[in-house]
Amino acid sequence: MATPESITLQVDGQTLTARPGQMLIEVTDQAGLNVPRFCYHKHLSVAANCRMCLVEVKGAPKPLPACATPCTDGMEVATQSALAREAQQGTMEFLLINHPLDCPICDQGGECELQDVAMGYGGDVSRYTERKRVVQDENIGSLIATDMTRCIHCTRCIRFGSEIAGLRELGATGRGEHMRIGTYIAQSVASELSGNVIDLCPVGALTSRPYRYTARSWELHQAETIAPHDGVGSSLYLHLRRNQILRVVPKENPDCHQTWISDRDRFAYTGINHPDRLTQPMIRENGTLRTASWSEALQQAADLIRATRAERLGLLASPNATLEEYYLGQQLMTGLGSRNIDHRLRQVDFRDDAVNPPYPWLGCRIAELEQNDITFLIGSWLRKDQPLLNHRVHQSVRAGGQVIAVNPVAYDHNYPLALNCVVSPAQMACELAGIAQALKADTEGLAVTVTHAHQQAAEQLRAAQHGSIILGTAAQMHPDYALLRRLAAHIAQAAGLNWGTVGFGCNDLGAWIAGAVPHHTTEATTGQHAAQMQQGGCDTLILLGLEPEADVADPQQTAQALTQARVIALSAYRSPLLEQTADVILPIGVATETSGSFISLQGDRQSFAGAAPPPGEARPGWKVLRVLGNALELAGFDYPDSTHIRDAALQHHTTPLPDNCLGPDRAALQPQATVHNWQRIGGVPIYATDAIVRRAAPLQATPDAWDDTARLNPRMLAEHNLSAGAAVRLTQGEHSITLAVCSDARVPDGCVWYPTGLPGSTQLGASFAHISLEPA
Amino acid sequence: MSLRNAPMQTPVPHPDKTSLFRPDIRAEIDHWIAKYPPEWQQSACMAALMIVQEDNGGHLTTELMDKVADYLDMPPIAVYEVGSFYAMYEHKPVGRHKICLCTNISCMLNGSDHIYQHLQQRLGIRFGEVTEDGQFSLKEVECLGACCGAPMMQIGKTYYEHLTPQRVDQILDRLEAADGK
Ligand code: SF4
Ligand code: FES
Ligand code: FES
Repeated sequence: MATPESITLQVDGQTLTARPGQMLIEVTDQAGLNVPRFCYHKHLSVAANCRMCLVEVKGAPKPLPACATPCTDGMEVATQSALAREAQQGTMEFLLINHPLDCPICDQGGECELQDVAMGYGGDVSRYTERKRVVQDENIGSLIATDMTRCIHCTRCIRFGSEIAGLRELGATGRGEHMRIGTYIAQSVASELSGNVIDLCPVGALTSRPYRYTARSWELHQAETIAPHDGVGSSLYLHLRRNQILRVVPKENPDCHQTWISDRDRFAYTGINHPDRLTQPMIRENGTLRTASWSEALQQAADLIRATRAERLGLLASPNATLEEYYLGQQLMTGLGSRNIDHRLRQVDFRDDAVNPPYPWLGCRIAELEQNDITFLIGSWLRKDQPLLNHRVHQSVRAGGQVIAVNPVAYDHNYPLALNCVVSPAQMACELAGIAQALKADTEGLAVTVTHAHQQAAEQLRAAQHGSIILGTAAQMHPDYALLRRLAAHIAQAAGLNWGTVGFGCNDLGAWIAGAVPHHTTEATTGQHAAQMQQGGCDTLILLGLEPEADVADPQQTAQALTQARVIALSAYRSPLLEQTADVILPIGVATETSGSFISLQGDRQSFAGAAPPPGEARPGWKVLRVLGNALELAGFDYPDSTHIRDAALQHHTTPLPDNCLGPDRAALQPQATVHNWQRIGGVPIYATDAIVRRAAPLQATPDAWDDTARLNPRMLAEHNLSAGAAVRLTQGEHSITLAVCSDARVPDGCVWYPTGLPGSTQLGASFAHISLEPA
Repeated sequence: MSLRNAPMQTPVPHPDKTSLFRPDIRAEIDHWIAKYPPEWQQSACMAALMIVQEDNGGHLTTELMDKVADYLDMPPIAVYEVGSFYAMYEHKPVGRHKICLCTNISCMLNGSDHIYQHLQQRLGIRFGEVTEDGQFSLKEVECLGACCGAPMMQIGKTYYEHLTPQRVDQILDRLEAADGK
């Protein structure tokens, strides 16, 4: 019996149920019936322009497109009847008329939807003898190669731009025979999700530029992994030949990233086999580094560690290490009697460590962001920092939701903001306090005047049924992070919303669970946090997987601390600071070269196996830590494989559910960010987040790669008699760098936008701190 | 996903639309915008392109299309699509008088080829070209819906039907005289 929620229809003699109005192709797909298609995609709007999906519907005078025909009760459909087949074959013949049929030289050959469908529905011989059209290619950047003559005008790439990327960059210009897909003005596409059109394009018109002409799909084997660049935890397939990753494509995960991945996750692999990779252990002898055997290097490391007092021994871990590496690191430190371990390398404000939740997270499931009526971004360039979280927020806006923001820069979002409050970093806490006050919530003692904007924000937040407050990367690096976080919590509570943080790196939650933080141990003692270690609190520092000049809050201080301390570096890449300061270098594999687990921002633990061996003598990080533990004769380092470490880590953790609640007994906080002549705005650009990404040449050739300039708003430039392009000297502490200024209206008054992770910023100090600027 | 089409949006509207066009041009475009529901102002795209094309002496440029995009809060590529789809938009300079000669089926059967030959001889230009003095340009168009008067051509906003070489001469003579040549 058909109910209003479900109707039944007959397809090829099978009885199928559907929701009324559901498109036929969705129902046949669910039932596993194959209807050929090109333009239809389950996550895009229906265009129905390729006509490949024509099927016979009883009672209809002509074949109907299954992708655009809503199901009705009692409908009788034949997908393979003579009429349907004839229609499908006819469409196929037309589609192939102008297609060059150059499969032997096409990158898509062997994995092409057009090829596959043509096998089933195309003729053996073309009846077309006239000239075919040819379309000139456009250069649309370093990531996507174009061969537009192959395009069949399905418009998937165009719909992707407007509906998913939120940036309509590709379009169909011209008409009829002259219609072509492109940007019209030959510019690079700028979306951080652009690579997805490579997967979407059913033919070889849009293919991966870095992968181009390197392999055939049947030469590759596939391995699964988890994206190691942000906390979204996208599932990936790595395609390898002879242990070399040749490309990366998404593995569908509806709860997480659906079928999309960011360009960072797709193309960062190009940085893995960089000449900077470390392939041999090294030790310092008479002031210079020399290669050494593993046993020599491990011995030296163990000696250095033994010679250090426990409270002066520290471990700084990259925020992209695996759960297993964190756990062994933690076990190592605990075994040696030290709690000096931290992965929050870019954080500067640790005042709330004592009341930190044991396991902070995003505050909601990723898919829930899509249902939000309101999303409140605090210190977050969500679009560039966590592109797939932003995708969900973008979808919420398309469904009528709103976004408001308090940010230190008028970041570009790919949706309109209902309220965009752009203030200098020092002002951010006051703005939040204003909103808190308007909601009659705790303002942490900040004296505020409630403005109209605060009122408006408060009303919008209160009116929302579902909403999230997201503290972004910039907030986490802010000198008043603790304050911002408390205010966010108060606002969330008063307005009945969830709130959370985006963490650092791809495995923030893993680090918390494994205990790669100086507090939260079974013992009551607290060790040094990342900033204290960067300030020189240790005589011996173990570095786990980081590039010390680029991955930390204050590169200057870190350089000084490393110069003074003995340094044991477990690292995949060489970097100038490591080579200057390391006493022992133990080469390790990157995420794709080790087995391990990441815990995503929504709390999902995802384990993966190593896909390729590390280069040369490098070894997975967990193995290196294991032998180091053995060399130090510590108990409990006899894990046969990484899964045992994982189980131990999960067992050791006592709070199974992620939670953001701050503990009671909170001391009052004074704002630390102060107004100076010039205030630096930091943050980490999308393609400067970690050592692999920074070495991925195709990503560094996109418009999102940061040109090494300091950004000031035009008013400030005029006030200081600077013209765009003029050289200025930026000074923090004892170091200066000279670089060009450029005009950027997104920057608030009195601020210089110059992020971290850039070649120049390795000389400077903290991200959101005082900086001086003078003409050079 | 649905079939419903939503208006296109740009994340941030242009901050100062008055800087984009002269007041009279804006008034004309606004007149068209007012004909559609407020969230569908992009529906005025075609009219806006016509208005700015006319003001620019008969052809569009990328800059002009970008301005139209900014004015209507549309992504520029969406305006390029419209501008490149319809035959009435020009992307290269045209003559003061744009002669659009129909060569579609009815006109072809009724001798549009002869008319084309005659125009070529008289003006010394072919389809897609402009006379040296910039007075005339010639354009091949498809059926303009005046088949009953085939062969036909359109100059400016006027249709000229039942063409013969003599009639073409008369028409062009008159236009030249009006231009003071
Ligand atoms: S380029 Fe590919 S995805 Fe885009 S319209 Fe052409 S065939 Fe479709
Ligand atoms: S898939 Fe239905 S028309 Fe293209
Ligand atoms: S064919 Fe020329 S007007 Fe119709």
